Formats: sequence, structure tokens, C-alpha cells
Amino acid sequence: MDAGEIERSLTRIAYEILERNKGTDHLIIIGIRKGGILLAERLRDKISTIEGTEIMYGALDITLYRDDVLTTGKRPEIEKTYIPFPLDHKRVVIVDDVLFTGRTIRAAMDALMDFGRPELIQLAVLIDRGHRELPIRADFIGETLPSSLWENISVNLTDDRNKDEVVIEEG
Amino acid sequence: MDLSGKDMLGIKDLSREEIDLILDTARSFKEISTRRIKKVPTLRGITVITLFFEASTRTRTSFEIAAKRLSADTINISASTSSVVKGETLIDTARNLESMNPDIIVIRHSAAGAAHILAGLLEQSIINAGDGAHEHPTQALLDMLTIREKKGSMEGLKIAIVGDIAHSRVARSNIYGLTKMGANVAVCGPAMMIPMGLDQMGVSVHYNMEDAIKDADVVMMLRMQLERQKKNLFPSLREYANLFSLNRNNIKLAKNDVIVMHPGPVNRGVEITPEIADGPNSVILEQVTNGVAVRMALLYLLSGGRK
Repeated sequence: MDAGEIERSLTRIAYEILERNKGTDHLIIIGIRKGGILLAERLRDKISTIEGTEIMYGALDITLYRDDVLTTGKRPEIEKTYIPFPLDHKRVVIVDDVLFTGRTIRAAMDALMDFGRPELIQLAVLIDRGHRELPIRADFIGETLPSSLWENISVNLTDDRNKDEVVIEEG
Repeated sequence: MDLSGKDMLGIKDLSREEIDLILDTARSFKEISTRRIKKVPTLRGITVITLFFEASTRTRTSFEIAAKRLSADTINISASTSSVVKGETLIDTARNLESMNPDIIVIRHSAAGAAHILAGLLEQSIINAGDGAHEHPTQALLDMLTIREKKGSMEGLKIAIVGDIAHSRVARSNIYGLTKMGANVAVCGPAMMIPMGLDQMGVSVHYNMEDAIKDADVVMMLRMQLERQKKNLFPSLREYANLFSLNRNNIKLAKNDVIVMHPGPVNRGVEITPEIADGPNSVILEQVTNGVAVRMALLYLLSGGRK
């Protein structure tokens, strides 16, 4: 995927989010650290521009909710979670770059429940690469990219948007 | 990056990078304590024993809250209610606790080196919560977190540590930590309370309060530890207070934006006047808040690699 394709995917997802949620009432976009942050910011900006209104936005570090946090060799770095509002009765869209096993999203949903009781949670991802290990699916998908388990898929976003890219590498 | 050892015994053993890692982690953990549900599931199934042979409110409570916010189970043992009163030795107590398979043991003891003994003896991670007049690493870490939050970094700051330096594990741990982080540390106290050779730890030594706190960015007042002094080291508390307490007059010598710290418990009117302890420059209660975050970070960082 090149910069133009990424940009058009995000534009489509922004419209889909608005259509599905019938506007921006109670809508909150939350990016998952680290890969989902830039994507979430861009989606927030697009939605704000389309509707002409500011929408709420947060950032979530899910490390402390991971199911392998004590069993991996190294302690993963913890970054700040920023959700400065209760999520009760909110429509939460969590944003990540790649949907893979689904374990990150499971952790994210557990984390969000500690901030209140959302009316619903939806998931937006740029890439769905398959290989789910949990019964989880995305509501909004940029592109479905069947991959082998030995490949790495990285989404590289930059401030200079012309250099954005999604690359598949041999693991 | 990970911490290099299984234990947290003192700041002396830490590298600058390890201190940064702990403080960065603590900064992220701070947010958890502001949530409505102040708990994350990270340390489910981890058992933390706090073993306190000396009195404590802040440190023990802080460790317990830190462990509980990470979903660890905590058991608190204090010497007065344990078999220590029946004559059990430290090592026997520790061996027995080990047999119940805890993961982390937090120990405070009046003897310097008590935590080191347990660390060498047991598989568990040992956290030193104060050993005699030796070290109190989590206090120094929470102090450094507070300074970093207020001043951005410790590099090049003038930090005065005033009081009974000789009996203070807080002073010792802070001297190790702050000099590693690039601060200029000035220690000050009555000559009887300044240990020999202190200048070899990379600090400047003053016997006059005014010299020590002049242009300081941070003034850290220590508690007069009457319980550790075997004989009277000064004629009267009133005289000590006259010469070495931080008050509204001498604080003017420090920088305008000086922050005033104290590890607690405060002897009001002895080492610090109430108006300064409760004044706008005081960060004493923020230190306590940061203590929970630092201890959460340590428990997290020491709980690694379990099967």
C-alpha cells in the first residue's frame, strides 16, 4: 500500500464510521499505542473536517492488559494512557494499524471497560492480516492482506504523508 | 531494556539508564491511580510480602497500594505481630516465608545489609524498603521522579540535602542517585551528623545552612531521627531548629522557584516550619503520590520472565 492508497482508505473509513454511528454524538476515537496513534489522529481530523465539529480522542497503552506480560522475557515499555473522560454511554472506536491474532484488541477492550461502560465498541484497522487466535473481527478495514505467519507487516506513517507505506517483509 | 538484577537493594548498584527506565515507567503508571477503577490486571497471581521490622506508615501503605493496583496479592508482616517477638531469626523468618512461594519480598530492617542477606539467600526478588542508616532506594526514586517532574531533569540542578546526614538512608540513596543523574548536591548539617569522607561521594559539604541552600533549585529537608541516635548529638532541639530549620527567612536565599521536599514524617517546627511545609514551594504530598507510582514501576519491572 502506498501513501495515496492509505489516505483513500482512511477517508473511506472516516465516512463509514460516520455512517454507521449516524454522526459524531457520543463518538470517541481511541488509538492503541504505538501503531494506532497516528492513524487515530488522522481519522479524528478527517471526521472533524467532514462534520465540522471537534470529536473526543484518546490514546491507550494496552501493555498492562496483555496476556503474555509476565511470560515474555523482556519487560515491555509502558507508555502513558490518555483517556481524560469517562466512557459511559459513549460510542468508542478503537484504532490500530494491523489486526493479527486479536490478542491486542482483547486487551484493549478489557482496558476500556475500566474507564466506564461504553454503549458500544467498534474496531477500525488499516490492515487485517488474518491468523486470528480469538473470536474478534474488525468493523472498519482499510485492506485485507492475507499473509503467512512468517511475514512481518509494518505500517510506516510519517509526518510527511507522501512517504507513508505498508510493507511486507520476510520474518 | 530491563533492570539488570533480580532485586532492588540500593541506588548504588543502579546505572543512570536503569534509573531513567524506572522513572519513565513510573510516569506512565501514575495515570492508573487517577482512573475510576484504579487497578490493572498485570500482576495477577503474583504474591508480594511486606516484612517490616521497623515502624512505617507511608512506605508500607505505599507498597501495598502499589501491589494492589497491579492486582498482586499482598501480605503484610510487621515485627511486633510476628514470631520475631518469640525470638525467630531474620534468616529463619525469611526461609519460612520462602516456603510459601511468594514472588517478591519487601523488607525494612534496622540493620544495614538486611535486604542484601535475604537477596543472597532467597530466589525471590527482594526490595529494600530501608535498611538501617544504609539505603532507602524507593524513597530516592520517588524523590527523583518528583524533581524530574518539576524541573524537567536533574542535570546541573543545585540540590541541598539538610539535616542528620549520618543517620539518613534517604540522604545516602539520594546522594548516589542525584550525583549519577548529574545534579550538584550540597549536604548540610551539624558537624556531628556529617559522616567522615562524605566529600568523596561527589557532594559539597556545608556546616552552615545559608551556604547550602543559596541559589538551590531543590531543598530536601531530613527528619531528625532521634530514635537512631545512641547518644545526644546536639544540645537541644531548639538550638538545632534555630540553626538548621528551613523557614520563611532562609528560604529566600534559594531560587524563587525552589521546591521543598521532605521524606516524612515531618517534625513540624524542628527541621521545617509549618508555613514552609504547607507552603507553595512544598511538594511533600506529591512525593507521597509519586511513591505509589515508583513502587508500581519497580514491582512491574522486577516481575519479569516468569513461566
